[in-house]
Amino acid sequence: MLLKLFLTFLKIGAFTFGGGYAMLPLFQRDIIERNHWLTQSDFLDIVATAEMTPGPIAINTATFVGYKLSGFWGSLVSTLAIVLPSFISITLLAFILNKLKDNKDAQSGIKGMRPAVTAMIITAALSLAPQSIVRPLDIILFAGALILSWKNWLNPIVILLGSGVISLLFGLI
Amino acid sequence: MLWSLFINCFKVGALTIGGGYAMLPVMKEVFVTKKKWVSEEDFVDMMAVIQTVPGAIAVNSSIYLGRKIAGIPGAIAATIGSVLPSFLIILLIASTLTSWYQNPYIANFFAGVRPAVIALILVAGVKLGKGILHSKIQIALTLLFALLALVLKFHPVVLLVMGAAIGILLSRISEKSNASEKKGRDQ
Repeated sequence: MLLKLFLTFLKIGAFTFGGGYAMLPLFQRDIIERNHWLTQSDFLDIVATAEMTPGPIAINTATFVGYKLSGFWGSLVSTLAIVLPSFISITLLAFILNKLKDNKDAQSGIKGMRPAVTAMIITAALSLAPQSIVRPLDIILFAGALILSWKNWLNPIVILLGSGVISLLFGLI
Repeated sequence: MLWSLFINCFKVGALTIGGGYAMLPVMKEVFVTKKKWVSEEDFVDMMAVIQTVPGAIAVNSSIYLGRKIAGIPGAIAATIGSVLPSFLIILLIASTLTSWYQNPYIANFFAGVRPAVIALILVAGVKLGKGILHSKIQIALTLLFALLALVLKFHPVVLLVMGAAIGILLSRISEKSNASEKKGRDQ
């Protein structure tokens, strides 16, 4: 079982470009449809939990599924397996980039990616906004965080925690 | 150094609610602004490079930055640091089998963190852009890529490859025109 978990998550880790959300369809296929390790509603619960709690969604899901199937060791093996492909490919990539340090095309290629990265970051914020800014209070928290971080008046960690605490307090009223 | 990497990545991992891009503002604050381990340009190049390989953005970033700062041991320390908070929290949820995360207080707290996450990602994106986009062409490309991603749902890898191709093309063209200008002056 542990080996099977390991191989499944290794495969998912190795074939998904574009971060955690891109892994969800693969989880769905391999874990629910192929192996019947979880039911569809279990899976939706896990994704909801993963979105609400800290940490990358892919890691959260792997840990949860691993634990459900084989306890602590299952969660450890699954988490390790989903991280391993990144580890190997990034180490290799860094090695290659180092070799290409003096190659002009490689350098202008990386510089050329900068507009794409900037666009992707801004797009990520815009596409997450509808499900994150729901209540009227959320608009105020969003605007407050925007001003505070733009002006560098507070550091991001304080802004995140403060925004959470304000929302918690409003819930009590 | 390894301990400091571990602790700082742990902090980033613990505050990353909502997946990869959410860790970006906190990670930038820690790695670029506070610790000065990498420059703003390094940070953006990292964001480009790590998305050309498979994996979760938060994990890939930790591996890349950890390796850059302290070699393979650094990569391991950073990865464990950034993964551990999620691992422990999910383990707790899975083992207690209670849905304490659905507790209204906790749910309200997390619901309040999310709008701030959006604001922080937005500010990080615009500030990074201001720091690294120097020409009108780059700003125009950024807007074009944003439209392609938002409206036509282009995949990040496709955008990165397009960006790299355009970058190489533009630098070759400007080199050629520089060379011919020089030739013209010499004659």
